Amino acid sequence: MKNRLRRTMMFLNAQKASLVKDAYIYKPDSIIFDLEDAVAENQKDSARIALYNALKSIDYKGIELVVRINGLDTPHFKEDIRAAVAGGIHTVRVPKTETCEDVWAAEKEIEKAEKEFGVPVGKTLMMAAIETPLGVMKAYELAKSSKRIMGISFGAGDYVRTMRTTRSPEGVELLGARTQVVIAARAAGIMCFDTVYLDVDNMEGFADEVRLIKQLGFDGKSIISPKQIAITHQIFAPTQAEIAKAETTIRAIDEYARDGIGVFTVDGQMIDIAMLEGAKRTIELAKASGIYEGDLA
Amino acid sequence: MLLKKSAIAGTLESSDVQIRIEPGQSGIELFLSSSVMNLYGRQIRATILTTLANLGVENAKVTAVDKGAVDCTIKARVECAVFRAAEIKENLPWGVRM
Repeated sequence: MKNRLRRTMMFLNAQKASLVKDAYIYKPDSIIFDLEDAVAENQKDSARIALYNALKSIDYKGIELVVRINGLDTPHFKEDIRAAVAGGIHTVRVPKTETCEDVWAAEKEIEKAEKEFGVPVGKTLMMAAIETPLGVMKAYELAKSSKRIMGISFGAGDYVRTMRTTRSPEGVELLGARTQVVIAARAAGIMCFDTVYLDVDNMEGFADEVRLIKQLGFDGKSIISPKQIAITHQIFAPTQAEIAKAETTIRAIDEYARDGIGVFTVDGQMIDIAMLEGAKRTIELAKASGIYEGDLA
Repeated sequence: MLLKKSAIAGTLESSDVQIRIEPGQSGIELFLSSSVMNLYGRQIRATILTTLANLGVENAKVTAVDKGAVDCTIKARVECAVFRAAEIKENLPWGVRM
């Protein structure tokens, strides 16, 4: 499903049996099985086979299943794609994308695998990871490069290295890239996800960063620990005031639309049709967060 | 499938199983130790033997040290050990014999 709730995308090492077998109990919105950086070079085959068997055997309870394949400059990525598509993966995350050709190279292999394993062509979605200055500059092109692209994801690790800087608690060195990436995603009409926060014991710092990226407009965050799930969902959940305003907006637009009126005021606030999408998104988010008690369908 | 050399897959971490496989000449010889032997020994043995049969391995000496792995992990580690022993690195038969 191209559009769905993706507040938390949890990375786990596909080679680690203890992580793979029951990651669904933590209820992230998406699980990213990592075949790339987390897996030692001499265990790439083992991780790939473990991923395939997990996908075929474990019921992940409706959680989106994503695979981070190895880079397009490695001998691994084609077999990564074959294993993942054969197993029924939902989404392929392509690392370090910089050009449309990168996306197309992965897409070509995905399509081949879909045909080989009887998966409807086009079913497997893609995410482009943007991790370099060039990737940031090309973010919009990457976001528009394929119909399979459901979102772009910013990765800070390689980005700060190639920018010759380091990560700071405030994240000022990432602000330009984050802003450009999220603008590109919105302009292309796709989703956008932020990078991981590495200090898993610093929950206060993590919460600050989630608040920042939510305010910037991101749809969710890549995470590396189950500890980071609940707080992210909590921050992304709308407040009761936001829910009430969304309900009022939806009802008022519906009512005034019947009389052919497009712009009007409610409680002194101007409301127009452009606000409908945002209001509906707030209600959907409230429902997904388990805090909606109203009666809007 | 023809095994060309000895190979190991998996770890001794909790929830994993380590499989060592060597080419053999007289059917499948399976040596299993498990932290849950009394409860699941028979099932683990069956999973290992079925996986070997699906891959067409008829002669091998297999040593398995189980640390509470679920079925799909056991299957994955056996498959990995077999492909390593057969020196097959790509174009694996996903969805066919796996």
